Amino acid sequence: MAAPDKVTDLTSAVATHVRDGMTVALEGFGHLIPFAAGHEIIRQGRRDLTFCRMTPDLLADQMIAAGCVSKLVASFFASGSAGSLHEVRRRVERADPAPLEVEEYSHYGMVCRYQAGAAGLPFFPLRSYAGSDLPRLNPLIRKVSDPYGGPDIYVVPPLRPDVTIVHAQRADRSGNVQMWGIVGAQQEAAYAAETVIATVEEIVEEDVVRSDPNRTVLPAHAVTAVVECPGGAHPSYTQGHYDRDNAFYREWTPISRDREAVLGWLEEWVHGVPDRARYLDKLGAERWAGLGVAPRPSQPVDFGRRRVASQEIS
Amino acid sequence: MSMPLSDVAPSSTEFLAAVAARQLVGKRRVFAGVGLPTLAVDLARRTLNPDVELVYESGICGAQPEGLAEGIADSVLVSGAAAVLSMPALFGYVLQRGHVDVGFLGAAQIDRWGSLNTSFIGDWDKPTVRLPGAGGAAEIMPNAGECIVVLRRHDPGALPAELDFCTSPSPVRAHAEDPRMVPPGHGVSTVITPMAVLRRPDKLGELEISEVHPGLTVDDVRAATGWDIAVADDVRETARPTVEEVRLLRDEIDTVRLYLR
Repeated sequence: MAAPDKVTDLTSAVATHVRDGMTVALEGFGHLIPFAAGHEIIRQGRRDLTFCRMTPDLLADQMIAAGCVSKLVASFFASGSAGSLHEVRRRVERADPAPLEVEEYSHYGMVCRYQAGAAGLPFFPLRSYAGSDLPRLNPLIRKVSDPYGGPDIYVVPPLRPDVTIVHAQRADRSGNVQMWGIVGAQQEAAYAAETVIATVEEIVEEDVVRSDPNRTVLPAHAVTAVVECPGGAHPSYTQGHYDRDNAFYREWTPISRDREAVLGWLEEWVHGVPDRARYLDKLGAERWAGLGVAPRPSQPVDFGRRRVASQEIS
Repeated sequence: MSMPLSDVAPSSTEFLAAVAARQLVGKRRVFAGVGLPTLAVDLARRTLNPDVELVYESGICGAQPEGLAEGIADSVLVSGAAAVLSMPALFGYVLQRGHVDVGFLGAAQIDRWGSLNTSFIGDWDKPTVRLPGAGGAAEIMPNAGECIVVLRRHDPGALPAELDFCTSPSPVRAHAEDPRMVPPGHGVSTVITPMAVLRRPDKLGELEISEVHPGLTVDDVRAATGWDIAVADDVRETARPTVEEVRLLRDEIDTVRLYLR
C-alpha cells in the first residue's frame, strides 16, 4: 500500500488544523522561521491563540498586533540583531491596546519543555534557575528532590502544542521532512505536538529522501500535512536557498514602534496578498535575487548497498 | 618590546573589545553572542590566542565564516562550520555538561555578586521597560567555566545595590537558596565597563575594582557604582589597546562597520 499523500495548500492546512484558542508552536531558531504559515493564520483571523516560540522574533510582533494571540510562551523577547519587539513591549508595559499574558522560561527551559512533551515525560530537569527570580515569576518552574540523593533540581513541565508548524528545505509527498543548517528544537517541538504542519521549499521524490535518510528530521509518522511553499521563511532564511533579509529586519524596528504602521503593514503585506507566491511577487524579483546564495554543496556520502550473489555475477 | 598604543576613547567599542580579547588568553572554548564578543574573539584569535573557538547558541561549533556574521544564526556561520547541533545537544551536552570555558554576557543591571538582570526595569508586574529576558544567559551563567560581562554604561542604574529582577544568578544567590545547588561554574569573573575592569576572584565573593581606564580615578569608579565597591590591592590603569589591535578591528574584522561605529 502506498503511503498516504499529505500534500495540501497552506490555506487548507491552516483552515483544517489551526482553530481559535489552540496552543500553537511556530519554531525555527533564527533560521527556517515559518513566516508564510504565520501570515496565513493572520489572514484567516484566528483568535485567542497561545503562541509558543523560543525567540518570538518579529513574527510574534505581527501575529500579536493582528490580534491572533492572547498568550505568549517564550524565552527571549527581542528581535535578534534588530532590537525590541515594540508590539510586545506596548502590551506588556502599558497594556496598549490590550494586555498580553506571558509565560516565560530560559532557552534551555523551553527546549526541555519540548523534550518532555516529545518523549511523553511528566517534567524535565535542568541545572538552571538556582537563585534566580524566574521560578517566582513563573510558578510552573518547580524544584524537586533527586530520588538518587543528589541536590534538589529545577524542572519544567511538558509543552504539548495542539499544532506545531515548521519550515524546511524539502519533504516527500508522504511527509518525510528533511532540513539542514540550524535545526534548533524543531524535532522536539514537532514530536511534542498533536498535529504537525511542515511548509517546505520543495516537494521531492521519495528517492531523494531515501538517498540521505540521516537528513530526515521529521519522519512521515510525525507529520500531518505538507505544503510546498517556496520562500516561506522570508524575511528569515532557508540555508542553501536564500539568505536572511537583514534590511527587512532593520526596517521593521521603526514600523514596530508605531501601532498604526504595524496595522498598515499587515493590511498591505498579509491581508493584501492571497498567498506567499503573490507576497514574493510584491517583494519584487530584484530584492529576491539580492537574497540569493552561491552554491556550496556537501560532499555526497555513500550509504553502501548489500551485495547479493546475483549482482556480483552481473 | 613595546607596541605603539592607540588613543581611542575608553568608552569606545574598540577599547572594550581589545580589553575583552585580553581576557581570552589560555581559554579554549567561548560561548558568545554577536556584537562586541564576536569582535573580541576574532581579535584574540588574530593576536593572543589563535586556538580560541566560538560556540554559538544556535548550535554552531567551529565556525569558519567567510564574512562578518549579522546575528548568531547567520547562514555565513553555518557554511563551512565543523558542526551544527540541535538545541538539546547544544544546551544539554555542550553547555550543561561543562564544555564551555568562557561565556560572554551582557546585562541591563549587575549587582556586587555578579548576578544579572536582563528581564525588567521597574516592577515585574508593570515594568517601565520590558527587557529581552533570559535567553540562554540563565544557562550560561551556571554552566560556563566563568563569565565575562561587558556593560556599555557604568552608573548606579546599571550597577545598583539591588537588582530589579534576577534573571541569571551568581553562585552566591544559588548558595543562599541551597548550598548543595551551587553550580559548577564560577559565575561572573570579570566585568568590563566604559570606566573600569572589575573582577570577582572568589566564587562566593564580591566584585572589586581591578583596573581603572586611562584618565579616571578609583574614586570616579566608586562614585559611579551603586554599592560601596571594594578595591583590589594591586589596582592599576587599564592598558590601552595597541594601534595594531585597533587597525585589525577596523580594517580587517569589522570592515563594514556592523558593530564599530
